[in-house]
Order: sequence, then C-alpha cells, then structure tokens
Amino acid sequence: MSTDRIVGQPVPRLEGRDKVTGQARYVDDIELPGMLFGATVRSRVPRGKITKITFGAEVDWREFVIVSAKDIPGKNCIALIDDDEPCLAEGMVNHPEEPILLLAHPDRRLLPHAVEALSVEYEPLPAIFSIEESEQQSQIIWGTDNVFKSYLIEKGDVDAVWEKAAYIVEGEYRTGAQEQLYIENNGMIAAFDPQQGVTVWGSMQCPYYVHKSLVKLCNLPPERVRVVQTETGGAFGGKEDYPSMIAGHAALLAMKSGRPVKIIYDRMEDMAATTKRHPSRTRHRTAVSKDGKILGGEIEFTIDGGAYETLSPVVLSRGAIHAGGAYYWPNIRIRAKAVATNTPPQGAFRGFGAPQSLFALERHMDRIAQVVQLSPVEIRRRNLLKPGETTTTGQSVSEAIDLRKLLDRALRLSDYAAKKERFARENRGGNRKKGIGIASFLHGAGFTGSGERYLSSVVGVEGRTDGSVRVLVSSTEFGQGTNTVLCQIVAEALQLRYEDVGIAQPDTQEVPNSGPTVASRTVMVVGKLVQSAALGIRQTLEASGSLGATYSPEEFRAAVRVYVAKNGKLQSLARYEQPEDVVWDDQKYRGSAYAAFAWAVYVAEVTVDLTTCSVSVDDFVALQEVGRVLHPILATGQIVGGIAQGIGFALYEKVIWDKGRMQNGQMTNYIIPTSADLAPIRVYFEELGNVHGAYGAKGIGELPMDGPAPAVINAVEDALGVPFDSIPLLPEDIFDAVTRKAGRESISSVAEDGR
Amino acid sequence: MNESPQNRAECDIPFQVNGKLVAVRVYPMERLLDVLREELGLTGTKEGCGEGECGSCAVLMDGALVNSCLIPVLQAKGAKITTIEGLARGEQLHALQQAFLDCGGAQCGICTPGMILAAYHLLSTKPQPSLEDIREGLSGNLCRCTGYEQIVEAVAKVGRRGSGG
Amino acid sequence: MRARPADYELVAPGTLSAVLSLLAQEPGEWLPIAGGTDVMVQYSAGTLPARKLVSIWSLPELRQIEVTPSEVRVGAGCTFADLRQHEIVGREFALLAKAAGWTGGIANQNRGTLGGNIINGSPAADSLPALLVYEAELVLVSVKGERRVPYGDFHTDYRKTQLAPDELVRSVCLSRRFSEYYAHARKVGARNAQAISKVCLAALGRLADGVVDDVRLAMGSVAPVPLRLRETERTVKGRRIEPELIQVASRAAAAEIRPIDDIRSTARYRTAVAGNLVAEFLERLSVAGPAQK
Repeated sequence: MSTDRIVGQPVPRLEGRDKVTGQARYVDDIELPGMLFGATVRSRVPRGKITKITFGAEVDWREFVIVSAKDIPGKNCIALIDDDEPCLAEGMVNHPEEPILLLAHPDRRLLPHAVEALSVEYEPLPAIFSIEESEQQSQIIWGTDNVFKSYLIEKGDVDAVWEKAAYIVEGEYRTGAQEQLYIENNGMIAAFDPQQGVTVWGSMQCPYYVHKSLVKLCNLPPERVRVVQTETGGAFGGKEDYPSMIAGHAALLAMKSGRPVKIIYDRMEDMAATTKRHPSRTRHRTAVSKDGKILGGEIEFTIDGGAYETLSPVVLSRGAIHAGGAYYWPNIRIRAKAVATNTPPQGAFRGFGAPQSLFALERHMDRIAQVVQLSPVEIRRRNLLKPGETTTTGQSVSEAIDLRKLLDRALRLSDYAAKKERFARENRGGNRKKGIGIASFLHGAGFTGSGERYLSSVVGVEGRTDGSVRVLVSSTEFGQGTNTVLCQIVAEALQLRYEDVGIAQPDTQEVPNSGPTVASRTVMVVGKLVQSAALGIRQTLEASGSLGATYSPEEFRAAVRVYVAKNGKLQSLARYEQPEDVVWDDQKYRGSAYAAFAWAVYVAEVTVDLTTCSVSVDDFVALQEVGRVLHPILATGQIVGGIAQGIGFALYEKVIWDKGRMQNGQMTNYIIPTSADLAPIRVYFEELGNVHGAYGAKGIGELPMDGPAPAVINAVEDALGVPFDSIPLLPEDIFDAVTRKAGRESISSVAEDGR
Repeated sequence: MNESPQNRAECDIPFQVNGKLVAVRVYPMERLLDVLREELGLTGTKEGCGEGECGSCAVLMDGALVNSCLIPVLQAKGAKITTIEGLARGEQLHALQQAFLDCGGAQCGICTPGMILAAYHLLSTKPQPSLEDIREGLSGNLCRCTGYEQIVEAVAKVGRRGSGG
Repeated sequence: MRARPADYELVAPGTLSAVLSLLAQEPGEWLPIAGGTDVMVQYSAGTLPARKLVSIWSLPELRQIEVTPSEVRVGAGCTFADLRQHEIVGREFALLAKAAGWTGGIANQNRGTLGGNIINGSPAADSLPALLVYEAELVLVSVKGERRVPYGDFHTDYRKTQLAPDELVRSVCLSRRFSEYYAHARKVGARNAQAISKVCLAALGRLADGVVDDVRLAMGSVAPVPLRLRETERTVKGRRIEPELIQVASRAAAAEIRPIDDIRSTARYRTAVAGNLVAEFLERLSVAGPAQK
C-alpha cells in the first residue's frame, strides 16, 4: 500500500478546472435548436377526484403542447421497485403537488402564467398526514392497510430477557422530513426522433434507473431510449428516483411535439414537489443488566413514505438493519414498517434510513446510561461490538476493529473528559450552558444483502486511439469525486499517470450499467470492478505480446495505440460477483447485510445560550475507520459536508407542513447553515483495509450523516439536563421544554438555578 | 396570440461584461442573471434560488458583489460586470480558482462561480482576512456539499499569500 | 422565475426631479425600485402586484451622506454597504452600522437601501429599531417640496407608512447626540447570517450617578410595525439597575409587545426572548462605563 503513487494522493479533481472557471455545463446551460420549455400543472389538494379541468380564456392554448395521462404510450407509472407511482394523475390525486398535466411552449416566461391560467377542480377526499393517522387506518389510502412494506428482524430469544433485566429502558424518538437542497434544481431535456427514439439529458444520479422507467413509460425498446447525465449540481439522494419522473415528463412532451423540451424546476417547485428524507418514529424497549450490558430489546421503527411506495422498502430495510447500531445485541426484535400518507412521496437522502434509526439508538444509549447510572462513555464501552461478535442480523464482525480504542481516541481528540467536568462546573451559573455529546456508530457500504448480486453491476475500461485509457461506468459524478477516484484507481492499477486516464460521460448508449450511484458503493464496489477491468486491459496487451511485465506509461500508451489500430477496439468488462463470505437470507432477513462497515465515533461540543435558546456547535471531532483513504481531500470533503448536513438535520432544517404541503419552500425559510454558522470540523481517519473494496476502501459518502444529530442532541441534553428526543430541535422547542421543566414562563430564573 | 396585453417595449441596454462592451435588446425587467445566461451565453453564473439567498448568481457590478437574480437589467446600463468567465487570464487561472482546486473548495461546482466571486470581492476589501472575516464574507453564499471548511481554507491560502483581489 | 418581463415597464429617469415629476403625474401608478432586494424577490415569485416601476437606484441626490455639526443626513438611496463603510455612522450611530451588517449577505448589502428598508415597512427589518432609538427624522420629498416627519410615527400599520403616493424618502436625519450613550443591539434569527429576525433589539442607555438618566428601547418582529418600547422605558428611567428592576423591565417588555406565531417562530418564544434581550441590555448597561459601545 505504501508504494501506491496515485491512490491515496490528493490528485486534482478531474473536472475541477471546468467547475472553477464556469465552463462546466449543467442541464440548464444547454440549449438545443428548436427547443421548447415545459412546465407541470400540479394538484392543490392532498387527496381527491379530479372533476373538471378548465383552460383559462386569457391564454391561447393552441400555441401550447399539452400532455395528459391519455398521451402516455406505455404504462402510466414511474417504474422503480413496483409500478405504483403514476407519471401523471389520472382521475385521482393522492398528494399535493401531484403532476396532472404538462405544458410546453417556446417562451419560457409564458409558462408560469399558463400554469396559473389552468384550473383544476376536485371532489376532495379525507386525507392523512402523519404516521399515527396512517396507523389508525380510518382512511386507507394505499393497498389494504396503508403499509408499503414491513420487515421483522429477530435474533436470539427476546421474550426471555425481560425477567432477567435489572433495568428496562423505554424511549420514543422522532426525526422530521429533511430537504436535500442540492443547489442545482432538478432539470431535464428530452428529444424524440421516430427512428432513434427518446434521448434525455439531465441532472441525475442513476442513468439506468431513468432508462428503465422511460422504456416502460414510452413503450420503447431499450435500445431506443438513451439517457445522458449532465454535470450535476449536488444530489445527496434527491436525484436518485425523482429524475425518472421529470425525464418522463420531458420525454412525453418531446414525443408529442416532435421538438426537444427542457423542464427546469425553480426552487419553490423543487422543494414542494420532490422527495425528502422519510420522517421517522422509533420506539425502543431495552433490557439491561445490572452492570449496564444490553441483554436484548425490541425496536419498532416506522417511516412515513408519502403517497406512493417508490423507494420506501429500501429505506426501511437500511434503517431497520442499522437500528441496533454498533453494539452487541444478544437478543433483539426489530419491527419495521413504512406507511403511506398524503404527502409527496419521500425518497433517498444520504444515509437512507440509517440517520433516522441511529439518531434514536444513540439518544437511547444516553438514556440507558442515565437509568443505569453510568456515563455515556461507559455504557458504550460495555456494549460496543467486538471482532467475532455478531450484529443484529447475525453478521460476524470479521475485521480487527477495536471500537473501544476508537472511542478512546475520539475522547482524547475532543478533550472530552476535561471538558465534561469543566462544563458541569461552569454551568452552575450564567446564561450560557455548555455540553459535550458522543455518537458511536457504523454504516454499511454497498447495497444491502443480496442487493449487489441483484444489481450485477458491469463496468468497462477501454483503450483509445490516442493511447489513453477510459473508464466506462454509469456511476455519476455529483461532487463526491467519482470521476477522480475511479481514474486514480485505473492509473494505479495500470501503473500509468493520472493524466493518462479519463472517464466517459455516463450515457446509456456508451457505458454499461454499473448500478446506481447510491449506497456509498461507488468507490468500494464499482471501484473494485474498475480495478479488475483495468487489469483485464493489461492482460490483453500482454497476451498480444505488445507489453512486457514492466513498462513505462509511454510504452503502455504505445501498446494501446497499436492494439486499437490493429483490432479496432480494446475493451475489458468486469461483472460483480458476490463474495462467498457475504451470505444473506432475504426471507429471514438474516446474515451478512453488507460486505463492509465503516465505523465512527463523533463528539460534539455545544453552547446553549439561554437568552435565546439557540445552540451553537463550537467544536466537532469526527473520527472514522474507512478501510483506506483513496483521496485525502475528497474524503475529508465528504465527511465535513455530511456533518454540515447532519447538523442541519439536528438544529436547523425543519419542513413546515400544512395539509401535506411544504409551506416553507424557499431558501429564506428553509434554513441550512451558512459559513458563519459552522465551527471548524476536525476530521480524522483510521485505515484497516477492506478486502471487498478497491485498494481497501470502504464507502464513506453516507457515514458522516449518521453521527452528528445524536452527538449534538446528546450534547444539548448534557448542557441543559433536559432530554430532547425529536429533531429538528429549534430554539422554540428548547424554550418550551426548559420552561415546562421549570414550571415557568421565563428562562432567567432557570439559569440561576443551574442544572 | 399570447402577447403581453400592454405591449411593453424592449430597449437597448449597453454595459460591459468582462471588459467587453455588449449591447442587448431586451425587456428592462429581464433579470441580469437571465440576460447574462441566455442573451450573452455566459452560463457560468447560476440560478439556485431566485430569491437572492444562495449567492449562486453572484457577479461583480462596478466592483461590488451583487446577486444578479435580483437586478433588473436596465439598472445594469453602463455598468462594468465581471462574471466567473472573466476571472482567468486565458489559460492562467486566478489564484482563487487554483486555490479552490488545490484545497477541494469545489465539489459539485454549482455554487463555485458565485463563491469564488464572493471570495474575490472579500479579498479586494480585506486582502488578508481572518478566518472569521472569511466566514462572514462568504455567509451570503450557500454550499450544500462542502460544509465550507475547504472553501475557507482556499480563501485563507490566497489571503496569506497577499496576492488576492 | 414566475414573472413575465414583457408584462412590466421599468423606466429610469436618472434624476430625482424627473422621478418626482413622474410620481406626481401618475400617483400610485409607478412603484419605485431602488436596489430591488425586496421588490425583485416578489417579482421572481410571481407575486408583485405592480406592473410599472421607476428606478431610483443610485440617484446621486439620494445616495449621499451629509455631515453637519448637529446632524448626519443619510440619503435614502444609501446602501447598507455605504452605511457600514462610513466612519461617522460607524462611530456615532453604531446600532445602524451594526444592523446594516446583519441585513442579508454582502451581495444584498451592496444593493439594499435604507430607504427601501423603511418603505418596505417590514417589522422584521433590521435597521428600523435603530432609527427608532436614534429618534430619526425623515425628509420626504415630492414636486411640492420637502417635509420633515419624526420617524417614530412613520409606520402606521403592517407595511403601511405615512408616505404620500407622490413622495419619496429623501434622507434619514440622525441627531449627533448619542456618542455618550451606551449602545447595544442584538438580533435573534434562525442562523447567524442571512436570517430574517425572530426578534431584534436596539437599545441606548445613559447612566448618571448610577441612575438611568435616559434609556431608549426598540424592537423588530414583535408587532405589525417596528416598536419603540416607551412603557418599558418608563419602568427603568430614573431608577438604579438592580436585579429586581431588571425583572420588572423584562416583564414590561414582554407585556408591551404584540408578537405572533408565524412561519419563523412563535409568539411565546418571541415574548420570552424579548424580555431576555431587555434584561441582557440592562445588565450590560449597569456595568458599562460612560460612552461604551
């Protein structure tokens, strides 16, 4: 590993120059000749039957292309796991902002006016908006019982632990919806040609997801649907499935009009209509021994999926599997379900269920600590997994990870002990209370269970006429460094220079399906395949006699040029094969859920100013074991960025709902941290390697999303002596809790009493 | 026909962009952002929010950092506008652009043009800013990818060298 | 972007007198737009009622700061950046300079104007409480001439002012008698920058022999208009600052304001925080020497 020249080095971001010069072309920067602009007419009620559509007289509708569900050549659905989400509402709407009609016109500025001029009348039906209302089942809005999916994970014999327990600790924890807020709004351009079929270009994470859904929607054979990813300005999961919807819309307008159509959402539309993180409710009931060891527990994990199933089963799966976190549970029962409400369907957001269930767990660990009268550190020390022990799904920890050592190091780096003691002392007077909190956790990389086997990803590496080498994957760059790291891997594997390697723009006509760019799988899983495919190129050249056992980059390039000139093509493909030691039982939901876990301990230090009840995060230590750091700057950037989102999740980002519609869909009113709100975040890595990942890497994209919220809220409780079990935690919530505790309306006397 | 009922007139609006004189014939209430992107093809300036909150549309107008989504183009008449495309000298990147590359200041890149111009503006008023100055100076530019750390580092790097602005 | 530029007219006559003539000829027809940081947000959202706009951006007559021995006259067209950069404003009217630095980010401070902030009339505007405690006077101008009005009466209701349809604000006049006061301001928003205030306080105080000789308190976001807290001031004037007095003043402030629940915060929270901000100010005033800011 120490001889690696490129992997592990901070090589320049492959497409960085274009980004800093403004040359990078995002979908709204692209224009096609004869292009029309598209817009969407959306439901204004949460649930109802469409009774009448009136086209206002102030608009000349003859100039418009108008598409309704009737125009759909194939099946009216956005094909994903199941086909339950309509592309366009047909008679019924089930959530506010549900798409009903599409309009296109050459004048972009006329469209909002036209959308307003179109009125839809409904016969409203009773609608439901919360997990509890959904569970009541007084209104069935999906399937037979409003439940999209449920899982049961069992280990050992939970029912037998209660009588042995010295303590039984219960808690209920909630997380709210969170908007991904990529700074580039969703957008697509579609074109249709009767011979070539449909082509779409746009902002997305998963070209082949879009491809699959367009094939079904447009009733075209796969070879007559082409999907191209344009430079994408942030995604975070928010562009995992929604792009299929907007691509479908653009494609339908393009098919009907015969002209290219561009649809770009503005911020208000994007926030109100597209997916968000699933709100969650987790209930814990834990049996604990006298010396603070978890004997077993029941966890009920419920997420709100919105009006259609979309990705909810997978979010649920990951959330459920992570619900037991980094601890040893000898016995456990996890009941997980995803339920329907009349809100826009929720979707993927970095972490994908794990930030929700891990928030609950890490808060619950602090609660257990209090009941058992141990410190938050000690309760973790006594329960963290050890090599050889099994997770909640029965997966054995098969690497030499020492979580107690990781914990100790994080505590040292954050000066935890001294600060905890000092804060407790200094909090006795004054209006500013300080606290420090911990979260210890894990994140499984790659698709869950048999997911990677099912994806059966394929990658390619090819030699080009100029002697350079090119990576062929459908994995997309959206800031996290896909382009750079995959090229590093190839350059390293082939002993070339970084500059000798490029990567094709993800275009379903040009690249194989390497699976979606999600689940922290790109570097680890796809990267390993790319490494393999690269070696395949070398083998081909060696076999042809044009390359020796050792060679210079120039010699390699020459060999490629010669081979391509002679044979026309030099390409090597590699397909995913499930490692033999990663065995998963889909029926029982047991076994090795992930090929690798990354492990982390985060420590947050906060100040709560009781004048305003605002929380500031003053110091943040993020320590994680990630297998191998392939690019120190990119890896650090991922951790810091994820932590910023996690702090937002905890303290700032509240979606305000009114009858299923987001009310604060502007950047003024949906609050994410600015540069003036975040203290420096200190990032540290450890590297244990990973046989299942390229050059030993584990996936890290989502890991940093799991720890910040519980670490911060644990710190707030440490500061105030008041528990908070629901996020986002706003100053207003802190105020309400603190004054309720004091039985008073004002805070100043609380400050004097101390904690 | 869907013509505007009052038949408002377009007008000629001359101004300078990146040192070049341009003249557009547009409605006076077109946003400067849209004129730059659609009339002049300078797509480096981005729209992130349309409310003057995210800073992705930031340009320099007569040396001052402004959000171009909030400026009616008529008010840019006679002004000197600098967009991200005007920062590099041919192949030679501006020190800030290079620093963003070196430090990881750009991830998805969509906030980057506005962010670099905000940094450029900051360094023109405070050539050697403290970390706090940098965080304040950039607080009108939202980034969702980086958590700001590596952006602040990039700006500080240029500031320390004293060769910014 | 939900507005159709073709539906709007924007003219820029270029001088104050030309603008005033237009407003006199067609009163109520033309919406003045200065930096546009409020108007253009509404425009972009498709919610701007006006269709005819007249630009008053950077009119030389409005974008000046005149200093006389007794007064500083801030042109209504001065931007928040202009205020932050002006030495005397920074020294003698620190609350205004501070508020200017709180308004949006740098880019919006380079365009937002003091006059625009006043006429927009949002009770959440950061600089208005400062103008209240400085007891600013406004010079309003029309083709008929100028009139001078106390700022304290200018806001009549939520987003409504005394401005006549043919008038503009020409300048904001600040009397130069506050250098010896202790000045304190605090804004409470959802984050440290680019936040609309949930509550904000501008305060001036002066002690003589340990007794409160003069005190001025004004708050934003706690009523339909920016609010001068005269009742609360009365509980404090002439008294010594002691813990009991602070509690009385704090409760008086909580009672004097009329906050609401809205998308940003709750009435309950605002009420409590308002009381806390007043308490915080009085605590600091009590230990401050003369002329400390």
